[in-house]
Amino acid sequence: MSTTPTTTAASTSTATEAAPAVHLRGLRRVFGNRAVLDGVDLSIDRGEFVALLGASGTGKTTLLRILGALDRADGGTVLVPPVRTVVFQEPRLVPSKRVLANVTVGLPRGAATRETGLKALAEVGLDRHADAWPATLSGGEAQRAALARALVREPQLLLLDEPFAALDALTRLRMQDLVGDLVRRHRPAVLLVTHDVDEAVRLADRVAVLRDGGLVRDERVTVERPRDPADPAFADLRRRLLADLGVH
Amino acid sequence: MTTTTDRLNERATAPAAGQDADHGTAAARAAGLVEPRTRLQTPRPRALALTLRTLGPLALLGGWALASATGALTQDVLASPAQVAEAVGELWGNGQLADALTVSLTRAGLGLLIGATTGLVLGVVTGFFRLGEELLDSAVQVLRTVPFLALVPLFMVWFGITETAKVALIGVATTFPMYVSTSGGVRNTDRKLIEAMRSFGLGRWAIVRTVVLPGALPALLSGLRLSMTLSVIALIAAEEINSTEGIGYLMAQAQNYSRTDILAVCILIYGLLGLTADGVVRLLERVLMPWRKVTQGAAR
Repeated sequence: MSTTPTTTAASTSTATEAAPAVHLRGLRRVFGNRAVLDGVDLSIDRGEFVALLGASGTGKTTLLRILGALDRADGGTVLVPPVRTVVFQEPRLVPSKRVLANVTVGLPRGAATRETGLKALAEVGLDRHADAWPATLSGGEAQRAALARALVREPQLLLLDEPFAALDALTRLRMQDLVGDLVRRHRPAVLLVTHDVDEAVRLADRVAVLRDGGLVRDERVTVERPRDPADPAFADLRRRLLADLGVH
Repeated sequence: MTTTTDRLNERATAPAAGQDADHGTAAARAAGLVEPRTRLQTPRPRALALTLRTLGPLALLGGWALASATGALTQDVLASPAQVAEAVGELWGNGQLADALTVSLTRAGLGLLIGATTGLVLGVVTGFFRLGEELLDSAVQVLRTVPFLALVPLFMVWFGITETAKVALIGVATTFPMYVSTSGGVRNTDRKLIEAMRSFGLGRWAIVRTVVLPGALPALLSGLRLSMTLSVIALIAAEEINSTEGIGYLMAQAQNYSRTDILAVCILIYGLLGLTADGVVRLLERVLMPWRKVTQGAAR
């Protein structure tokens, strides 16, 4: 009696998990006469966290920009969910709007919007700074505001373009924990573009490596959570990823 | 467990088997995924932009010619384009036009040079130095509100009917737009950049030269654009009232003899002067700020 509902629940949950959030087939992007992306195939399921690694200039940011409709594809199939948000490397907050207004920018005005904006700020620990000007925030705070701005729209796909690269090491670790936490709570599909191997292994369900216009690795991260860099599986994966990136 | 591995396998083999890929695409579409719609500016051929730019003036000219040809515009109101062209030939032939142009351009150029330089210096001083702003800004703002046309009688008393009066009037008129734009632009300079330059031992004037002025160039040039337009306006005002040579004098003569063709020539010349001034600033923008185009073009 009791098994039937459980199995249904389980099967529906796998069904939603299996539903795709990103579908890339044969994606091409050419700058001048150089094909930065040359036939990239990538699928991301709903609620899945994928980290895309690559040395600088390999086109990982270009791929993210194509998914975010900020750049065009020159060929191939690109399918993404209708609601997508981006966190850029720099916070990109509007200097003339206060923090709360920055978070709710573009949303319909109203008391409810204000509430959701404040809730999003509270989630990133910035509720006390709701009325501050962006220029008065520290780098980490500004980036958290940018994260709140991305999450308040309840995206089905969250695009993170090296969001921690400009932060100091301590803030970066704290931000990584925060992002991991928020993503577990909101369950968007995530594409994290980074060149930090540790960051990728710490956060992602799957890591992919972009090199010479294509994915040279696309594998599930099997390291037990919470992920510890001292874990042999962690170290092993890191070594392989670094080798993919040309660092030995 | 098995489903997971199946999915992984499918993902791995999908690019090889075309049919599987199509199936995956269809499934993804069915799941509500959409193609990202990019709003990017497609590069437009230069010739098209140029054509579109000339379309407006050509339409005006066409309308004028049509109105003249149909008789809606009689000669005592405004001469036809053909008559105006004839008048240009006549004035150019007897040297009147060249003389008048030289005189007028000298006046406008000299006045603009004086006015723009004054505005630039004042603007940098008030924009960059706090003491300068406190001392000068309110005084300049008071002077700025005085319409320069109100100064014409005063300048006549001071300088008489001389070139000085005309050049001074143009100078005063062109100072203020340059001043407002410059001080605004200078004030918007990146503080962090100034701080960095200071740490490398640059003095105040060196900072103004290397960071502040290049950073304020867009504002400077838009100020220059306003000043150039105003220099032509001030030129007309100065020449209309009292002059014995120049375009304004030519116009006064034409007015006495009801020569609408010459009047039209003069008006067109004033218009062309404004257009040329605009073109000069555009050119300056391109020549003086080579770093700007690079960052704007490659928006990656």
